[in-house]
Formats: sequence, structure tokens, C-alpha cells
Amino acid sequence: MLSKNQIFVVAAAALMILAGLVMPYWFSFLVTVALAKGLVVLGLVILMRAGLVSFGQGLYYCAGAYAVGAFSDYFQTDNVLLLVLVAIVCGLVISSIVGLLLSRYRDIFFAMFSMAFSMILYGVLVKSAALGSSDGFNVTKPSLFGWAAEFNGTNLLSYWVAIILACVAGAIIWRYMRSPMGMTGEAIRENEIRVEYLGVSVQKIIYIKYIIAAVLASVGGSITAMTVGHIDPEMAYWTTSGEFVFIALMAGTGHVAAPLIGAVIFELMRTFAFQLSPYTWQMILGIALLSIIIFLPNGLWSLTDKFKKGAN
Amino acid sequence: MTALLETRDLAKNFGAVTAAADINVQINAGEIVGVIGSNGAGKTTFINMVTGYLKPSSGQILFDGKSVIGRKPREVMRDGMCRSFQVAQLFPELTVMENVLIAQSLAEGKNLSFFSPMHTPAREEKARAILKEYEILEYVDETIATLPQGVRKLLDIAMAMLSNPKVLLLDEPTSGVAIEDKFDLMTTVMAAVKKSGAAVLFVEHDMDVIARYSTRLLAFYDGRILADGPTGEVMRDKNVQTLVVGHHLDMDELEGTNNA
Repeated sequence: MLSKNQIFVVAAAALMILAGLVMPYWFSFLVTVALAKGLVVLGLVILMRAGLVSFGQGLYYCAGAYAVGAFSDYFQTDNVLLLVLVAIVCGLVISSIVGLLLSRYRDIFFAMFSMAFSMILYGVLVKSAALGSSDGFNVTKPSLFGWAAEFNGTNLLSYWVAIILACVAGAIIWRYMRSPMGMTGEAIRENEIRVEYLGVSVQKIIYIKYIIAAVLASVGGSITAMTVGHIDPEMAYWTTSGEFVFIALMAGTGHVAAPLIGAVIFELMRTFAFQLSPYTWQMILGIALLSIIIFLPNGLWSLTDKFKKGAN
Repeated sequence: MTALLETRDLAKNFGAVTAAADINVQINAGEIVGVIGSNGAGKTTFINMVTGYLKPSSGQILFDGKSVIGRKPREVMRDGMCRSFQVAQLFPELTVMENVLIAQSLAEGKNLSFFSPMHTPAREEKARAILKEYEILEYVDETIATLPQGVRKLLDIAMAMLSNPKVLLLDEPTSGVAIEDKFDLMTTVMAAVKKSGAAVLFVEHDMDVIARYSTRLLAFYDGRILADGPTGEVMRDKNVQTLVVGHHLDMDELEGTNNA
């Protein structure tokens, strides 16, 4: 039996899927890319709840995208399910190796090491002629067993996949965050020594969280690659990772919906800021973030708590 | 009878400084052992070594027949040796209930669940029963930052006891607690410990507390054990009174002494 909240999420997702048929292309494109980034931020939030800030999620975002691009190119396939699976495997393999080292570090060391790995990938890709060097390369549009979901000249498959994956990932992570494994993240943030003395390996828990965050980032990267149709090394550059941290701070870590909604708000804000002021749009974003940090230190999601308190 | 916890010629050096030397102790199941010593006498070093937090420079530590040396605190804890801390180690931004639920979940097993919720009616009911046993149920929904020191200490000990340890190490359980609350705190803790059957080793500066609750006493001086025996006997020891306590102890004045 579905709860009220679950019915609401399913209904909202169904509505969004149907809305794709009538909404303008630019908006469905924006929402798709935003949800892809939202998935990366969702992973980042899992780490942040354990007291870790990664400035290197771009590593997995880019790796997932390149895995999709290289796989589809080499095997001449555009099957969306297969491509997302490839991205998941790619994120899983890389993070299970890198995580062995990173799970030993905390605070600024974790942040800097994660950024270093991301920048290593960036450097490798820029120097790889076979992968298009700094220009990157084009990625084929996805299909579902040959069905491209073309409506009024718009490919809606990526949009639908993004919505379904965001809902599925959101539901899984929602349950995870309420489980003993998920809650242990907050315990680690609060007091690592106590967690060790309760008989659990903090390093192992962080390692698992790191892998989950990496897989989410890879999936986000795969959606972006299929939606934009082009990938380049900028996806691993530190500013891309910084953007994810920006969204996480702006949205807050209070709920799994926060990063997904926050990413949509961020993309809308950036689009309109760019339209308003093409040369100083970053300043508008900066002012917005500063205002949120000052007036809503726990992010936009904390507004929901204020509304709830107000209603009571 | 095989000792539950045994140290043989245990020593710890920090560079040229000897923090502990020649420590030979045997703790048996169910014993309540007090540990006294002035600052720097080696009490906390001793506790940190037996829980696996510090690696000894030489000697052996056997817990339930297995060596502790080279093993991590969490592994030693899993075998049944738990501890509380001088400064209560809790999760400050979480509520008392959340603290207990996390400790309970972690005590349930090494493989934590990914999907079953932490807040279950059964777990919450058990958590309330534990808080009631430690007489801190009224604070269940408060965050740690708002709690009095004594309540934090009790919660710290309650969380350590959740995994049903064979040995419980308490590092200054009454430090920072108001004088009038010390006996209440210790009485509550000892009642819970007695029920579980665990052996207790507690470091304490208050001789009244030592006299009332320990049946055996270890007196540390300059990194070594100066005296080890029934509490009353050790407290009457002239060397202990001069070197460890720093003044004469009138045994008649120490209320409720176990072995006066």
C-alpha cells in the first residue's frame, strides 16, 4: 500500500512525463540536464551528511559521460538502458579503487584529494587525441530498443529517463537515509570516535557512501551525455565539481528532493541570469548563493520546515 | 579460574617518557574494580591500551583468552569490551532517542541494514526502556547540547552497555557531575551493570565514590601499579595515602565503604 507521499511522488512523476509532450523543448532540455546534475548533487549530499565535502564529483560525472560516449561509439549502440548500465559499472569500478584511498581522509584533505583525482582525469582527457582532446566528441541520441520517442520533432527519451531515474534514485536514497546505514553518516559527522567504539568501521561506511555518490554522479553524467549529445573534458574540471557543491549548499541537505529541485532552480536561475546579463551572470548567481547562506544557512529546503512550523 | 582481562608486563613509552610499566592485572567476570591515581599516573593510558586505542611498547593484553594487541577498538568492542569516556562521547546535534537508536542499530550487528528504517516501534520501545533504566527518559526528545553533564554521562554509559559487554571500562564517570548527583549516577549505573553481570573497571578521583562502589582497587603511581587488592585494604595502605591520595584517609568518614 502506497503512502500519501509516495502517491504524490508517483503522480508528480506521471504528470511531468505527460507534460513533456506539451512543454517547449528548451524547458524539457533544461529539466533533463538539471535532473542529471541533481543526481550528482544527491550523491554529494550523502557525503555531506557524513561531514565530507567532495570537490571532485566531476570525476564520476565525466567518467559516466565518457563511458557512454565511448561505449556507444565502439559498439554502435544507442540503447539507453545499456548505456546507463555502462555508466553505473564505470562509476562503480573507479570509485571502488579511488575510494580505498579517499575513505581514509577527512575535511579539507578529502576535498582536495577528490578534486585532485578529478583534475587527473581532466588532464588525461585533454591530452587524449583518440577521445577528442579538449574538444571532446559527439554522443549519439539514445533510443529504447530502436524507439527514439520523437514527438513534434523533439526526442523525449532522455527527459523521461531522467525523470524516472531521479524518482527511482530519490526513493532508494530516501529509504537509505532513514536506515541504520544512512543514519550512521550523521553519527560519523557528529562523533567518529563514538561510532568506532560502537563497533563499526567508519572507514568502511565512508567507502560505501563514496561509491553510492560516485554511481549517482556517473548516472548523472550519462544522462547529460545523451541529452546534450556532446561531451568534453570540462565535465571533470574543478569548476563543474564546484557547481555541484554550489547546488548542494543552495538546496540544503535536509531531504532527497532538495538537490533535485535545487538543481532545477539553479539551471533556471543560470539561464535567466545569462539572458539578463551575458557577461556578469556569475555575479548574479554569487549574490543569490550569498543571500541564501546568510538568510537560509540550511539551504532552500529549510523553507519547508519554516512553512510547517508556521502551519502549526 | 581464567581471568577475563589480563595484562602481562604491560608498558608504554612516549619517546623518553614512560607512561606505563610493569602492569600485571587480572580482572575476573563480575568484578567491580576502581582505579585511582594522580594526573599522569597512567590510568587513562592503561584504559586506552586495553581497549586497543593505544599500542603498548611491550607486554601482553589478553581479553577472553585473545590478544588485544594489534586489533582495532571496534574489534575489541565486538568481543565484549566497551567503554565510556571522561568527556561523554555522544552525537551532539541529534536527540537522545536518535543517539540510542544509532547505538542500538550498531550494536545489532556489523552488517548494517541499507533499507529497513532505523526508527521502528520495537527499537523505540527498547530505547525508552533503556532510558528509563538509566533514569533519563524525560530527556528523550532533547538534543545533547541542551543536556546537563550528568545526563550526558549516563547516556554515554547506557550506549556503551547496549552491546551487552563482558567488561565495561568507565573513564571518570562522575567528573563534571554535581557532588549531590554523583552517588545517584553511580547507583543507577551499578544497578544496570549488576543486572548484566559485566565486570567494571572505573577510573575515579572521588574517594567516597571509590569506597562505596568498588570491591577491588588498583592504585597507579608513576605509571606503575602501587597497590592492588580489596578496596579497604588498598585505601588503608600508607604508601597509597601518601603518594596517590595525597592525604590521610579516615576510613570511618568514607560512607558505605565496601571493604572498610
